[in-house]
Amino acid sequence: MKIITVCGMGIGTSVLLKMNAEKVLRQLGIDADVEAADIGVARGMARDADIVLTSADLAPEIGDVDADVIIINNFFDLVEIADKLTASID
Amino acid sequence: MSGIAAVNLADELLEASIITRATVPDWRAAIALAGEALVAGGATTSAYTDEMVAAVDKLGPYIVIAPGLAIAHSRPSAAVLRAGLSWVSLKVPVEFGNSANDPVSLVIGLAAPDHDGHIGIMSALAKVLIDADVLAELKAADSPARVRELLNQFDRSQRPVSLLEGKAQK
Repeated sequence: MKIITVCGMGIGTSVLLKMNAEKVLRQLGIDADVEAADIGVARGMARDADIVLTSADLAPEIGDVDADVIIINNFFDLVEIADKLTASID
Repeated sequence: MSGIAAVNLADELLEASIITRATVPDWRAAIALAGEALVAGGATTSAYTDEMVAAVDKLGPYIVIAPGLAIAHSRPSAAVLRAGLSWVSLKVPVEFGNSANDPVSLVIGLAAPDHDGHIGIMSALAKVLIDADVLAELKAADSPARVRELLNQFDRSQRPVSLLEGKAQK
């Protein structure tokens, strides 16, 4: 499974979200490849991704992709991340 | 995260880059302070401050990633001299326009010269920000020295083994 975390610049918030998503995936026992990306390259990367994690402000910028675009409100709420990932994967 | 050296945030946050209990009129002024603090610590030039504000103007207040917390940053550029952090806690929280997470009481400025060199810092930052108790204490800290003291305490609590073995590992 491939998951992309997206922020505006690809160096800040998407990196934090990637770290917390990886932590959640380990806890859930899900094997996935998580990559951080900036909004400029995210659309291309989303083509072969299963899930895109991002914030409410950036989600509309991702556009129309096959991947499931999930909005995370609190990047440090592991329960929110786990619940939304689980709902998407099941 | 194996292979990445553990970073103590207190080593990355100079007192010059910490401003506590600041009063600002709006989010622009809050980011400007975070930018000045990065400049004071030698991480960026003042042009980076404008780039951080411009990023929010262009992409919206997505940098407010948790309740009360904004990570002000822009992309690697000539204005970034080295990877670095700044820390601005606000006496009176301000609105950034993020409906889920406003108002903001802590702005962390982040500068990175490339996409990978600051991952150790980000990992350390993530560990602190996810600890609600430590974060609450840090937000309430009323001096740069206190912020660094709390970060040092947190770092020690994270690595009891290296305390026993000294810093000779690796």
